[in-house]
Parts: sequence; C-alpha cells; structure tokens
Amino acid sequence: MADTRPTLLLADHDDASLNPVTARALTAALALGAPVHVLVAGENARAAAEAAAKLDGVTEVLLADGPAFAHRLAEPVAALGVALAPAYGALIAPSTAFGKSVMPRIAALIDVMQVSDVIAVVAPDTFDRPIYAGNAIQRVRATDATKVLTIRTASFTAAGEGNAAPIRALEDAVPASGASFLGEEIAASARPDLAAARIIVSGGRALGSAENFHAIVEPLADALGAAVGASRAAVDAGYAPNDWQVGQTGKVVAPDLYVALGISGAIQHLAGMKDSKVIVAINKDEDAPIFQVADYGLVGDLFEIVPQLQAEIAKAKA
Amino acid sequence: MKILVPVKRVVDYNVKIRVKADGSGVELANIKMSMNPFDEIAVEEALRLREAGKASEVIAVSIGPVKTDETIRTALAMGADRGIWVKTEEAGIEPLTVAKLLKALVAAEGPSLVILGKQAIDDDCNQTGQMLAALLGWPQATFASKVVVGEGTVDVTREIDGGLQTLRLALPAVLTTDLRLNEPRYASLPNIMKAKKKPIEEKSAAELGVDLAPRLEILSTSEPSGRTAGIKLASAAELVGHLKTAGVL
Ligand SMILES: Cc1cc2nc3c(=O)[nH]c(=O)nc-3n(C[C@H](O)[C@H](O)[C@H](O)COP(=O)(O)OP(=O)(O)OC[C@H]3O[C@@H](n4cnc5c(N)ncnc54)[C@H](O)[C@@H]3O)c2cc1C
Ligand SMILES: Cc1cc2nc3c(=O)[nH]c(=O)nc-3n(C[C@H](O)[C@H](O)[C@H](O)COP(=O)(O)OP(=O)(O)OC[C@H]3O[C@@H](n4cnc5c(N)ncnc54)[C@H](O)[C@@H]3O)c2cc1C
Repeated sequence: MADTRPTLLLADHDDASLNPVTARALTAALALGAPVHVLVAGENARAAAEAAAKLDGVTEVLLADGPAFAHRLAEPVAALGVALAPAYGALIAPSTAFGKSVMPRIAALIDVMQVSDVIAVVAPDTFDRPIYAGNAIQRVRATDATKVLTIRTASFTAAGEGNAAPIRALEDAVPASGASFLGEEIAASARPDLAAARIIVSGGRALGSAENFHAIVEPLADALGAAVGASRAAVDAGYAPNDWQVGQTGKVVAPDLYVALGISGAIQHLAGMKDSKVIVAINKDEDAPIFQVADYGLVGDLFEIVPQLQAEIAKAKA
Repeated sequence: MKILVPVKRVVDYNVKIRVKADGSGVELANIKMSMNPFDEIAVEEALRLREAGKASEVIAVSIGPVKTDETIRTALAMGADRGIWVKTEEAGIEPLTVAKLLKALVAAEGPSLVILGKQAIDDDCNQTGQMLAALLGWPQATFASKVVVGEGTVDVTREIDGGLQTLRLALPAVLTTDLRLNEPRYASLPNIMKAKKKPIEEKSAAELGVDLAPRLEILSTSEPSGRTAGIKLASAAELVGHLKTAGVL
C-alpha cells in the first residue's frame, strides 16, 4: 500500500535567509509524489520561513522559533524531527553541513537506515546515490517504512518561487542537550554561494601562496561573477579557506561553467565537479588528468594565461 | 578516560575502482585496502590526547570480515593500546548497524570519547558517528578541525559550510574528524613489531545482540555517465570565443 503521509523537508537557512540549495532539495522531495511540508527551525527565523513559503509546491511551512534552536545544533533539531516523524512518510534535507549532522541522528532514533546523497529519485522507495567518490552509482531500495534522505543538491534544479504557503508556528519543547554554541567565524562574501553558483573559478596547489590565490583566482572570479573554489591541496596549504574546498570530501558542485586553475584532477577533486556543464582547465602539464574531463583546455602557465583571459573577458563584455 | 576509535577497512584512496560488468557491485578482488583516511586522523587525535595526558587508553575497533584485523593492527602500530574486532561474514555492514554494534561496545568499555571519521571513502555515507551519538543520547561534533579537552567538556571547532563553528560538548561525547584536524603519523618499524603483540579481542554481532540484516536493498551498481576529453585551445581569446558560443559567459 502506498504511503499517503506527507514529506518533511528540513530547510537549510541562517534565520535571515534560506540557503538556495533548499529549493533544489525541494525538487527531490516533490519527486516522491506526496505533499511537502518545510520545517524551519532556528531563532528569529521568520524571514527564512517566509522565504520557504514562497517556494512552489510547498503546502505548509512549520516554524520552530526559539532559543532552543539557535544555531540549529544537531541535538535539538534532531529531537524535533523525531517528534514530528510519525506523521511523515519521508524526512529529507540537503546534504549540507547542517543536513549531514542532523539527519543521521533522526534516522537512528526512529530506527531507519538513511540514504545519503541522493542524486536521483527513481521511485518513492528507490534512489540513486554515488559511492567511491562518484566512480560508481548505486541504485538502492529503502525497505524501512519511513524514508530518511539527504540530497546532493547539485543534481537537482531549484523549485520556482510564486507560492504563498501557510506558516504554522510549532510550540514543541525539546530536551536540553550537552552541546552548546561557543562561536562562529563565517566569512561574509559578496560572491555567489559555491553550492548554488552558475560559474565557479577554482585554484589549486599551483597558485603557491595565499597572496597569489587572492591576486590571480579571485579577480578572474569577480570578472565572471563567479564563486571561488579550491582543491584540497590549496586549502591544506592555507591558500584558501576550508569551506571553498571542492571534491569528494568538500563541496559537490555542478555549475554551468567550472574553471580549474593549476589543479591536477585527482579523483577526489573530480568527484566534486565533474557534473559541471562546461569545464575549462588551465594547467602547464598537458598530461594532467583534469584534461580528460575538460571541454576546453589551455596548456601553459596560469600566471601568464589568467591575466590574458581576464583581458579577453573584459573585451567580450564591453 | 578511555577513547574508542572505530576504524574502517576501505579500498585505498589511490585505487580507481571499477564497476563489475554485471552491475552487481564494484571489483574488490586483489585490490589494495587501507584504513579509511579519516580514521587515521581519528586515531592520531586520540593518540595525541593520550600523549598530552588527557586520555588513559586508546581502543581501536573495527567491524568486518576476515582481514579486517589488519586495519586494527595498523591502528595498534600507530600507537593504539588494544583492539576489538567484531567479526562478520561479509563486508558492507550498514552505518545504522555499525552504530548499534558500537553502542554495545561503548556500554561494555565506558569510553568518554568516541572519535570516528566523518565519512568512509568507499560508501561516503557520513552517518555512523551521528547515529551512534543519537543512540547513546550523547552530544556530537561532526567535521572537527580542532579539539580541546577540558574538565568534563570538550571544545570542538567544526568545518561548516560558511566557515568554522565552535561548540562545547559535555563528556561523554562523539566526534567525527575532518581533513585538517591533524596529520596522522606513520607507524615506525619498531612500533609495527610491537603492535603484533598487542591484544585484539574478537566479538560477534550475536554476542552484542545486534541483527546485521541490511535495510537498504542494493538493486544495481553502474558506471557514472562518462565525460570525454574536449579540445585543447591555443589562446585565451579562442577560449572566450568558445565560451560565448557555448552560452556560459
Ligand atoms: C581522504 C581524502 C579526501 C580528499 N578529498 C579531496 C577533496 O574533497 N577535494 C580535493 O580537491 N582533493 C581531495 N583530496 C586530495 C586529492 O587527492 C589531491 O591531492 C588534490 O586534489 C590535489 O590538489 P591540486 O590539484 O591543487 O594539486 P596537485 O595535484 O599538486 O596539482 C597541481 C597542478 O598544477 C599544475 N601547475 C603547477 N604550476 C602551474 C602553473 N604555473 N600554471 C599552470 N599549472 C600549473 C601542475 O601541472 C599540477 O597538475 C583528498 C585526498 C584524500 C586522501
Ligand atoms: C571492502 C568493502 C567493500 C564494500 N563494497 C560495497 C559495495 O560495493 N557496495 C555497497 O553498497 N557497499 C559496500 N560496502 C559497504 C559499505 O561500505 C557500508 O554500507 C558502510 O559500512 C557504510 O557506510 P560508511 O562506512 O560510508 O559510513 P560512514 O558513516 O561514512 O562512516 C563513518 C565512520 O564510521 C566508522 N565506521 C564505519 N563502518 C565501520 C566499520 N565497519 N568498522 C569500524 N568503524 C566503522 C569509521 O570511523 C568511519 O570513518 C563495502 C564495505 C567494505 C568494507
């Protein structure tokens, strides 16, 4: 018998605004065929709830607003998810740091095996997900009555905005947990968000220093209106902040255009960007593996080519 | 305080795996296996806490079939004090089941910290630590890049989407490691020899009261849609021309 319970999507947001990947996870949630409710948990998060209510296909937004949900720590949000779970046939979140931290807690407490990083909904109980850094795709059927899924948002387009779903305030109290928030260093950036950007310019170890990264990669990104990414080697060496890492164990992206500067193309890096529509690689080694996935390659010194490229882009845009 | 470190045996990160022609899985025969890289980081962190006098004992545990003890041995060679091997018939025990087995071991051993990898690089699930924390009712800090143990608490800096976040957890707690927490040591030859004498206790899932039946049915495993190499261009001007034609500028 088909499960007629609705689907609960946990929104990723920062109270003030909705992370755009939420709209992509919504597309996956809608593919299950049941009505979709969105849960916005946070402190002073009405603005994020209002943004969620605009998303097409949402039938209701649940707003859990209060100090208990400040900074969306995994313990209280999971406790709320567990309390809500019996009414839902599926609980879904984008595979962000938030979704990855919260969903397995919910899954364990309702005794469900989670399906991580769904890239396609084949049927309401059947999903495709990548394994081995995306070198194989597994099709799995989840046999638990309730489904718990995280969504690889690069694989789904964003739902539109023209809706005005009702917002219902939740009054659920959650038990105190042993985790408390001490602080946060979030870099404010005027650039587009890496996970949702249309164009990404990424730099690798070849940049050689944080100064070069700043002087070479970032201006090209700004000329293109792009987000900035990095290889693990560049992040480990301190050229770029950790949240710019693209790859198997960083962010998985699929922009229209991905420009790789001085990145060799290790499988762990390719796992994070090989579904980009158009890939450009600039590398001085003509045998670098990145060229095996690049649509357009320039063999040469990035320190010479990038300024030329910037000049050509300026000409093209003039 | 004791620290429990679950370590998983996975295909070495340098191996490019191949999907079996009949779609039944990936080719694992005669392939180099290693400890999951995130678990090496977990072992290293536990050892550093012991060396700093914050922990008394580091216990490495792994769940899996024959040869899984090699991975435990690697942890012992790095410096872990002893090992526990939950021996199973097959590889590929699901994270929920692994978490249940670990919960039973936590009940028996009474560690104050469990440090896991944030994800295993074979199945890339990123679940086990969070599931274990939930089942134990313990606080968690995933994606740790800095760990400072205090009196009855641990402060953990985490790599999150926009940057870094620091949490304080009351002990006992569960941590999962991110790449930049530390650089794991290599086992020295004398330590590899010493590790051969360290005890590894064998247990069965039945003894721990956990049912191993999977909840996910694997229908097929396939190759991802491939990408073919494109063209090499001679100049930046040519590149901009192509990008305009492709409509991505
Ligand atoms: C568990 C694990 C997880 C990992 N996760 C990730 C991940 O998520 N993301 C990730 O990126 N990596 C990841 N890695 C690391 C990965 O294996 C590679 O080491 C890394 O991607 C290499 O980064 P790179 O391409 O910048 O550096 P390198 O491999 O050193 O490549 C540098 C490239 O720059 C070129 N070059 C040098 N000078 C110039 C110049 N002047 N002009 C043009 N080209 C030049 C060289 O020819 C070379 O190809 C992971 C590894 C492990 C073990
Ligand atoms: C050799 C091998 C081949 C496999 N091949 C396939 C396959 O082809 N298809 C398939 O579907 N599945 C396969 N699996 C199974 C798959 O790896 C399991 O489903 C896996 O246990 C769950 O995902 P994860 O390890 O990615 O969990 P994660 O939640 O990503 O693991 C996080 C952490 O949990 C701990 N941990 C996890 N498992 C264990 C363990 N067994 N022992 C000790 N600590 C552990 C580690 O600290 C690890 O870093 C294989 C497993 C192995 C060992």
